[in-house]
Amino acid sequence: MCGIVGFLIKNPAMRDRLGELMTPMLVEMGARGPESAGLAVFRGELPEGARKYSLHAPVWDYDWAGFEAEFIKRFGTEAQMAVKGNHAVLTCDESADHVKRWVKQRFPQLHVLSAGRAMDIFKDIGHPAEVAKRYDFTGLAGTHVVGHTRMATESAVTPDRAHPFTAGEDFCLVHNGTISNPYMIRRKLEHQGIVFETDNDTEAATRFLEWRMREGDDLEGALQKGFEELDGFYTFLIGTRDKLALVRDAFACKPAVAAETDDYVAIASEFRSLARLPDVKNAKLFEPMPEELYVWKV
Amino acid sequence: MESVATLPQAATGKSFDLSQVPVRSLNDWLHNGLAESDIEHVDVLNPDGAHSIAVGINAPVKVDIRGHAGYYCAGMNKFADLTVHGNVGWGVAENMMSGSVRVKGFASESAGASGHGGLLVIEGDASLRCGISMKGIEIVVGGRVGDFSAFMAQAGTLVVCGDAGDALGDSLYEAVIYVRGKIKSLGADARVEPMSEQDYDKLGVLLKRAGFNHDPKEFKRVASARTLYHWNADANQEY
Repeated sequence: MCGIVGFLIKNPAMRDRLGELMTPMLVEMGARGPESAGLAVFRGELPEGARKYSLHAPVWDYDWAGFEAEFIKRFGTEAQMAVKGNHAVLTCDESADHVKRWVKQRFPQLHVLSAGRAMDIFKDIGHPAEVAKRYDFTGLAGTHVVGHTRMATESAVTPDRAHPFTAGEDFCLVHNGTISNPYMIRRKLEHQGIVFETDNDTEAATRFLEWRMREGDDLEGALQKGFEELDGFYTFLIGTRDKLALVRDAFACKPAVAAETDDYVAIASEFRSLARLPDVKNAKLFEPMPEELYVWKV
Repeated sequence: MESVATLPQAATGKSFDLSQVPVRSLNDWLHNGLAESDIEHVDVLNPDGAHSIAVGINAPVKVDIRGHAGYYCAGMNKFADLTVHGNVGWGVAENMMSGSVRVKGFASESAGASGHGGLLVIEGDASLRCGISMKGIEIVVGGRVGDFSAFMAQAGTLVVCGDAGDALGDSLYEAVIYVRGKIKSLGADARVEPMSEQDYDKLGVLLKRAGFNHDPKEFKRVASARTLYHWNADANQEY
């Protein structure tokens, strides 16, 4: 199994309540994925040139102040750190190439979860209710969020194999299902110089789609190639700077249901996750069709 | 959705509010308390997508589920008449034996899967694999059905008032499908056949029972060509 959760707020007045509304959805999907959870939250864009990086450390009381000091020493620029236990969001003016390379060399125990101007990632092992509490998901504000509760089938239960997976900048994906040909995809992409961080099948799908978009496809074009090349079962929920996208494979063995009102669009594996949202009784409810792309824009 | 407050609360009625009690207490009472009671009608409030609501009933009782139900609602039903005033998740009325289940909204995948008997009415659309492996159940869908519907259906009738998706009736046995709208594609061994007088009569009765006014003349019949009944060594896995 696994549970997916997506929430995009159309009504700007409600954006402070993103976490409050979305967290119960995620916790409800804990029944489908009790061992890890995570989310990508989009909180509005940094100015052109600025970047933020979500970082994951192996211990809760990591020396982030020491990391920050080293960062300033190396790059000689200002950096802001927002710390939450073993997670931190670093905001600075350095490019992803520089920061990722430096972190890998200087702090190999740290994992760069994401890079971009809009997206922060929190993910870890543990029951979704515990993970939500650990990182105070209910307090999150923003435009949209992509969340996941995991029941592992394809790779070990570790923080870096929890979803969402990211590739490039401000691009993330969560997955319910299994990809049958991740190693084929991986070999193909490694020839393009793309580096993988785990042995997880979802990472292959994420990097494949992001690679197609860097090659010039739009999201629809990339997913069309995905239908042809990704073998397996999937419901994907994809988050970008200003979009939330949902797609299911041709066999649609992995569920999804969407609820849309004037204020929001909410997506989950099952309706029970949506049942307590405000005004959901009057929402337009529907089940996404196989091989159709559903995209909502902020 | 009807307002629950205005419903008559007869002495022969009982209600379970699933925001207050677990599904298990409802099902336990339906299995062990119902038979000794005078209750003829059960209201289920705030179902909120919970799984396995009112499964395994084995007595004549009327059940109204007032909201959206989750997976396997009314599974294995025998004798009871259930109405879901909302949508249902996967596997509604799976393996139903008798009685009836009416869904006022839409049904997710595998509606009526492997059902042996009874009547399942889905007033909205039904998703993929509707009536998969059905074994005698009658299913009437007011809207469309998704891909792979009536896959390996052995006996019974599937009526689709809207369109049908890909691979309709793949590997059909003796179940018969009537479709009013367009068929995207037929599955292996399924074929469109002419409607007989018997078909019109049977379909007319079924549509009436299900509460639809369509003219049976608007439907086409899909049934098995029976070419898969015997192993063909020359088929070379090409069906």
